[in-house]
This record gives sequence, C-alpha cells and structure tokens, in this order.
Amino acid sequence: MTEETGRYPLRLEGDGVPMVRFQKVTKRYGPLVVLDELDLDVAPGEMVTIIGPSGSGKTTVLRMLMTLETIDGGVIYVDGEPLTHMVRNQGLVPANSAHTRRMRSKIGMCFQHFNLFPHMTALGNCMEGPVQVLKLSRKEAEERSMELLEMVGMADKRDEHPSRLSGGQQQRVAIARALAMRPRIMLFDEVTSALDPEVISEVTSVIRRLVSTHNLTMLMVTHQMGFAREISDRVCFFFNGSIEEQGPPAELFEAPGRERTRQFLNAVLEAN
Amino acid sequence: MAYLDFLQTHGDRLIDGTVVTVFQFFLATAVAVSVALLFGLMRLSQNLAIRSVAVGYIEIFRGTSLLVQLFWIFFVLPLFGINLDKFLAGFLAVGLNMGAYGAELVRGAILAVPRGQWEAAVALNMPRSRRMWRIVLPQAFLIMLPPWGNLVIEILKGTALVALISVTDLMFEVRQINIATFKAVEAFGTAILVYYAMARLFVTPCMRALERAMARKTGKA
Amino acid sequence: MIEWQWGLVWELAPRFVDATGKTLFAAGGGYGIAVVLGLVFLAMQRVPLPAVRVATREFVELIRSTPLLLQIFFVYYVGPQFGLILAPWTAGLIAIGVHYGAYLSEVYRGGIESVPKGQWEAARAINLPTVTAYRRIVLPQALPPAIAGMGNYLVGIFKDTPMLSVIGVAELMHTATTIGAESYRYLEPYTMVGAIFLAISLPAAFCVNAFEKWVRRKLGMAK
Repeated sequence: MTEETGRYPLRLEGDGVPMVRFQKVTKRYGPLVVLDELDLDVAPGEMVTIIGPSGSGKTTVLRMLMTLETIDGGVIYVDGEPLTHMVRNQGLVPANSAHTRRMRSKIGMCFQHFNLFPHMTALGNCMEGPVQVLKLSRKEAEERSMELLEMVGMADKRDEHPSRLSGGQQQRVAIARALAMRPRIMLFDEVTSALDPEVISEVTSVIRRLVSTHNLTMLMVTHQMGFAREISDRVCFFFNGSIEEQGPPAELFEAPGRERTRQFLNAVLEAN
Repeated sequence: MAYLDFLQTHGDRLIDGTVVTVFQFFLATAVAVSVALLFGLMRLSQNLAIRSVAVGYIEIFRGTSLLVQLFWIFFVLPLFGINLDKFLAGFLAVGLNMGAYGAELVRGAILAVPRGQWEAAVALNMPRSRRMWRIVLPQAFLIMLPPWGNLVIEILKGTALVALISVTDLMFEVRQINIATFKAVEAFGTAILVYYAMARLFVTPCMRALERAMARKTGKA
Repeated sequence: MIEWQWGLVWELAPRFVDATGKTLFAAGGGYGIAVVLGLVFLAMQRVPLPAVRVATREFVELIRSTPLLLQIFFVYYVGPQFGLILAPWTAGLIAIGVHYGAYLSEVYRGGIESVPKGQWEAARAINLPTVTAYRRIVLPQALPPAIAGMGNYLVGIFKDTPMLSVIGVAELMHTATTIGAESYRYLEPYTMVGAIFLAISLPAAFCVNAFEKWVRRKLGMAK
C-alpha cells in the first residue's frame, strides 16, 4: 500500500503529540465495513472509554491497536511513530514483524475471557513476558511480577493455576500479566463482561487504582456505564464503525447531543 | 498406452470386484449402524446386567483385531455348527467390529446432549422412552454425524479384509490380477484410486449432505 | 460339537510367546516410523509453498481413505516390478508406518487447532515471538489432546499388525494360520490370538487414558 505524500505524516512532531492517533482507519471483514475512516486521538495519560451497541466496531479499535487485526486503510500512530506502517525511502510501507514487535512493546491488553495460559501458575503467567521477551533474569521477573500480583491482591494465589481461580481473580492476574511488560498504553476489552456481578468490583477497583497511581494511557471498551462515567476523561459513542458522539462523561451522559446516543443510553439504563 | 490396455483387459474383473465391494460396504454399514444403536443404548441402561453385556461386547470387539474376528467367524464358528457363507461372514464381521466403535459414538453423543434438554423433557412430563426418542436422540444424532463420517470410511476400508476369506471383492480381484500378470503398480494402484474415489467422491459428500440436511431439520443451520 | 483342548494350548504357548514378541516389535517399529512421518506430513502442510501443501494434504487423505491391506500389498509387490526386492518385514513396516503417519499428522494438527485463538492473542499481546509462542504456549496445550489420539493409534497399529501376515510376516495371525494348516485345529489358535490381543490392548488403552490424565494434571489443566 502506498500512501499519498503529506496525507499521512511519517511521524508526528511538535507540542501535544497524541499517544495514539487513528487516521482514516478502515477495517473490513469481507463486504462488512467495521471501521469506516476512523479518526481518533488519545492524549498521553488520558483514559478514554468506548461505548456503543454490539457490532459498532468498539472492540476492533482495541484489537487493531494491539495489532491482532490487519489494517485495510489509513494509519495508526503510537507515541508519534506509525504502528501499522514503517518508514522506507521517505514513504510509509506496511510494517514488518520487527517493527511491529518493537512498537507492540508499548502496548498491553486485557481480554474479555482473560486468556490466561492454563498450563502456568498465576506467577508463571506474569513472568512469561518479562523472561521470554524482555530477557529479565528469573529473579528480577519474579520480583516485578510479585509486586504487581500484590497490587491486584493476588499475591497469595501466586502458585495456583487459572482453572482454580474465579473469573474476577483470573482477570486481576491478567491485568498484572499485562502490566509486567511495563506498557505505556493499556487496553481493556470488556474485561468485566464475562464476570459474575458480585466480582465485577474486584476488577474495577484495580483499574481505578491504576488510573490514580500510574501515568498510563488507557482505552477501555465496556458496558458498565456507571464505571465509564466515573473513571473516564472522555467517552466515545460508536455507531456503525465511526464515532457518533464524544465528550467528557458528564456531558455525554447528562446531555447527549445526538438522537442515537440518547436512544442507546436509554435502552442500556432501562435494562439496568 | 500400456495402462489403457491393462484397463481394457482386466476391466470386467475390476468392475465386478468393485460391485462386490459396494455391496459389502452397504451391508456392513447397515449392520454397524444397528449394532451401534443397540449396544450404545444398552451401554447407558440403568440395568447393570444389560450394561455389562454391552461393555463386554464393545470391549471384546474393540480390543481384538478385525482380521482375528473375521477368521474366527469364518473358520471357528463352523466348528460349533454355525456355517456362514463367506459373503455373509464378511460383511457381518466388518459390521460387528465397526458397530462396537459406533456404539461408543452413540453413547458419547447422547451424553453430550445438554442436561437441560433432559430436564426440560421431564418438566413437560414426558415418559422416559419419549424423552429419548423425541428430544435426546435427534440432537445426539446431529452431534455424532461428523465422527460417523470417519467411521463409515473405516467400514469401507475394512471391507478389503473380506478378500482374505475369498470374497471376490475389489481387493481379491486385483490380488488375482497381480498374481497372474505381476503388474503390481497397475493392479494395486488402480484399486487404491477406486477406493479413494469411493471415499472422497461418494461417501464423504453423502455424509456431508446428511449433516447439512439434519442440521436444517433440527434448525441448527 | 468340538471340545476345547487345554493340552494343545500349553503345547502351542511357546510359539505364541515368540509371535507376540514379533507382533509387538512390528507395532513398535511401525509406530516409531509413524510418529516421525506424522511430523513430516504436518510440517509439509505448513510450508509457504501452496503446491506442496495441497499435494501433501491430498496424499494424507489418500492414505487415510484407502485400505491398509491394499497399501501393504502395493509396497511389497511394486518393488520387484522395478527390480527392488523388499523383505516382508521392511515392506510391512514401511506400509504401516506411512499409513499411521498420515493419521498421526491429523492428530498433531487437531492438537494445535484445539488451542483457543485467545491463547495466540494473549501471546501476541505480551509480544512473544512466534517460535516462542509455539514452544511455550501452544505446544504444551496441544499435547494433552494429542496424547489421547497418539495413544489410541498406538493401540490401533498393534491391532492392525495381523494384516502383515498376508505378506508372510510371522506375527501372531500368521502363526495361528500356520498352526491351523499343520494341525487342522482352528479353535485354539485363533481364540488364543484373540485372547492375546485383548490381554494387551485393554490394559494398553487403560494406560493411555491414565497417562493423558496425568499429563493434564501435570500441566494444571485437569478437566
């Protein structure tokens, strides 16, 4: 894919470079357009929550940022550098695996179904990345992992396999596993959707603590409207692959400007 | 083309053999399906005696070789006064053997039908046999069809063994041709292609079509 | 009505012990070949050359859907046509090894495909390189389901060894048939063969089950 010169900069410079920029990003599955020339900027340290009906492309945004999906159009920038592309001969070409791996080290992700490695203990899950990718010594990796397991309140379960942990516990381990790679951006993809109602707060309180103590840039997809409203700096309402409306949570939840947003919020609040 | 000559010379024998193989295959499949259903259901019976008979049958037939069973039925049974024609002994042995494997598929599929389906049928106050026939078996059937696809191929392959008790199937004919002509590549090669064509172009598509038809009927497609 | 003769059983016992050894050797040797060939077939279905992938796929399907007996005859009799004479043992092991190699490649493939997509994604999210993801995450999880299949085919190859008797490999079935021809007694020899197969394959199947459970527990994946 060759891009027109000037339309997509080779890198973002100057004041106020966003941590994440989606520029005219398109994603298709066959004939289905999931993201339609999406533009989205996330500032360093910002917490952005994405809400919207199912099939609106919310999760795809996170999966593309984690490079779990290929890109069909546009460019994603992370920390000023292109993520999906790299610079060759003054132009942008699709990223090779070395570039992807270097850029990916800035991003961590937690999944709806945790995706813990079932054959490793909680501690083993957290140490896997630091040992295998960052090449830390086992001792360093264990110290770092234990610190994080401590933070998510799972230190006493360090030697348990995932099958012996509840959903809430598994998700907390998954958060520790992602943080052990010291990412600058954290992605939370419906991390409470698979949990029983009484354990949701275990996970949300960990995220709340992260927001107040770490200087992470975060993107979160959720159906927990109350939590989104309390914790986000900005809320984006997705509809049909693009952002229908966005703004500070108080504004968007109190006085949505668009009819579709209003309908969605009414339907969701009624269900609760 | 030497191969065309070969086909021309031995075409009749190859066709006759293929016809016998097809008959053996259909009859063995019929035996296997009946045996599988019978022993699969018996295996799930609440009666210990019935269950034990099924377990014994399944383990004996799965635990020894098809060839051993075939020879036992053909050479040993007559010693007890049970004389079976070789054609009958052939498909019967294949069917009884494969039926034991099929019984395990039946059992597994019935157990794989979600418990909630049994409970819903109980809640409707259906009698036990009706629950089985109307609610559980149709769903179990759908679950077990894909593994049956593999088993049916095994039945087709299994019928080749009947040549060893002189049933004049395809395997038997090409072996005779090889003995007479020493053209092993042509003789055995042709048979391999015929078996492959039967499996790939007939058996598998039929099983797939059956899966699709059943899925439609039960509203899963 | 014919009578079962225990005397004959004792008389034949040494020959059957010997033949059992040969049967186990044939099964073990064939399985060794199959385990390696299975990996070769699997690898050839994952190379970046579409022609090789398609050809291997088709070959595996061909082997799996045609009778082993026919393949044994093919391997044994095709050589001489081109002046290459294979001993019955060699031909038998090749045929049975290729046949079960095709089955085992499917077992390996099934094991790898049974690992949920989310595991790959989680490996990607902590930036593991592909080779490390295979080695550390995917293969350990592909193992338990593959062990069940591999064990079943080990028992399966054992039960298929009687087919080698047709080209003169002196395993159990061949021995029983020879005895039958010598003595006109079929009841004891064939029944003994059946009993020996049962006595070996039932405990073997049990061990395979136990081993699979043990591996699962070892990996913390008890079902």
